[in-house]
Amino acid sequence: MSPLGAQCEVSFVVNGEARSVLAYPMERLLDLLRRQLGLTGAKEGCGEGECGSCAVLLDGALVNSCLIPVLQAQGSKIVTIEGLAQGSQLHALQQTFLDCGGAQCGICTPGILMAACHLLNTKPQPTLDDIKEGLSGNLCRCTGYSQICEAVAEAASHGDDG
Amino acid sequence: MRSDPAEYELVAPGSLTKVVSLLAEQPGAWLPIAGGTDVMVQYASGKLAAHRLVSLWNLPELRHIEVSDSEVSIGAGCTYADLRAHKVIELEFPLLTTAARWTGGIANQNRGTLGGNIVNASPAADSLPALLVYEPELIIVSARGERRVRYVDFHIGYKKTLLAVDELIRAVCVTRGLTGYTSYARKVGARNAQAISKVCMAALGRLASGVVDDIRIAVGSVAPVPLRLLETEHSVRGEAIDPALVSRAAEIAVGEIRPIDDIRSTAAYRSAVVRNLVTEFLQGLIADRQGA
Repeated sequence: MSPLGAQCEVSFVVNGEARSVLAYPMERLLDLLRRQLGLTGAKEGCGEGECGSCAVLLDGALVNSCLIPVLQAQGSKIVTIEGLAQGSQLHALQQTFLDCGGAQCGICTPGILMAACHLLNTKPQPTLDDIKEGLSGNLCRCTGYSQICEAVAEAASHGDDG
Repeated sequence: MRSDPAEYELVAPGSLTKVVSLLAEQPGAWLPIAGGTDVMVQYASGKLAAHRLVSLWNLPELRHIEVSDSEVSIGAGCTYADLRAHKVIELEFPLLTTAARWTGGIANQNRGTLGGNIVNASPAADSLPALLVYEPELIIVSARGERRVRYVDFHIGYKKTLLAVDELIRAVCVTRGLTGYTSYARKVGARNAQAISKVCMAALGRLASGVVDDIRIAVGSVAPVPLRLLETEHSVRGEAIDPALVSRAAEIAVGEIRPIDDIRSTAAYRSAVVRNLVTEFLQGLIADRQGA
C-alpha cells in the first residue's frame, strides 16, 4: 500500500521538557516515546490496552500510550516513569516499591508506578479497595499483588505523593 | 501483523462543525476516532480496514454534561471517568455510574467515550444495558442537521446501527424524575477488572401496593445487540409480585435471549446466568416491599 499519511510536527512537554518531533499522526505514542525520544521505561506488553505496562500520564490522566495516536497528544503534558524521580531523589512510590519488594521482573513496574501515582494524585488516602481498583488495569505475571498494594499504601501513609 | 503508520491518515479538524463537513464531503471515507480504546486495538493488530481517520477526541462540543430541569444531556465524547465524576448522574442514574466503573481499568475509563461505545455497538459493552433501561434519546448530527432517535431503536443487528455514514452521535439525553425505583446491576465475568462480561444485566423496578408498576430489564452478551427483555417485562408489569411470578419471568427471560458459545462463555451458561440474575433482581423487589 502506498503511503497515505504525511508526517506532521507534534509538540508536547515530556517530563517538563518541551519537545517537537516529526511523526506520522497515527504513530502510537508508546512507539514515539521509546524510539524517537529514547524513553524506554514505558513497556509494550499486550499492545491492546489490557495490561497497563505502557501507562503514562497525559495532562494528568492515566492512559495506555499504546492506544494513543500521537496527533491526539498534540500540545499535551506527558509524564513517563523517567519523570517520576527528581534527579537522584526517588519518588515516594519508587522508594516504597523498593522497600516492600513491589517489583520482580520489572516489565509491569513502570506502568504500575504511573497508575499508583495517578491514584495518589486523585485520592491521597486510598483504601485497599481503592488501591486495587486504581491498579486493576495493570497486570503483573511474576508476583502476587500483595507487596505492590502494600507499597502504595505505605507511600500514601507518608502523606507524600511527590 | 502490526500496521504501518505511514499507510494511515489522521486529521484533527478541532470543531464539530468541521468534522461533520468533512464527513459530508466524502461520505464513508473517514472513520471517526474518539479515545481510541477500540479503534487503536484494531489498528495495532493490523485489522483496521479504514485508512483515513478523523479525530473527535476532546472536541469541546462533545465533552460536556448539561443538566436541565427535565433531562441530563451527556456529550458523546464524555469519557467513563467524566461519567463517574458527575454527581447528578450518580444520584439519579446510578446504573450509569456503576457501568462506567465496570468499563475497563482507570486508563481506559480516561479515554473510552460513551458515544464511542454506543457506535462501536459491542453486544458485550457493560454500559449499554444500563443506558437501555434509562430509555435515552440520542441526538444525531450531520451537515444535514440534527435528529433525535430513541436509543432502543439504535442497534439494528450485530454491530449495525441506525447511524448513516455522514452522521455522529452528539449527545445522549436521559429524562430526569425517576423516583421510587430499585436499581439492579450485575456483571458476571472471569474477573471484575478489565475482563469483558460473560453476561451483564441492568434493571429498574418499581412497585405500587405490591404490584409491579414499572420494570425495565436489559442484558448484554446474550444476543447480537444489547437487549431489552420486553416480553419478560410484559409478563410481570401490572402483576402482584410473588415467587411464582418470579420463576415464570425467569423462564420467559431465558426464552427471550439468543446467547451463543464463544471464547468467553457458552450459550448454556449464559442462559443459566440470565435465569439467576432475573430471579435475583425480582426477589430483591419482593424483599424491598417487605422491608418497606
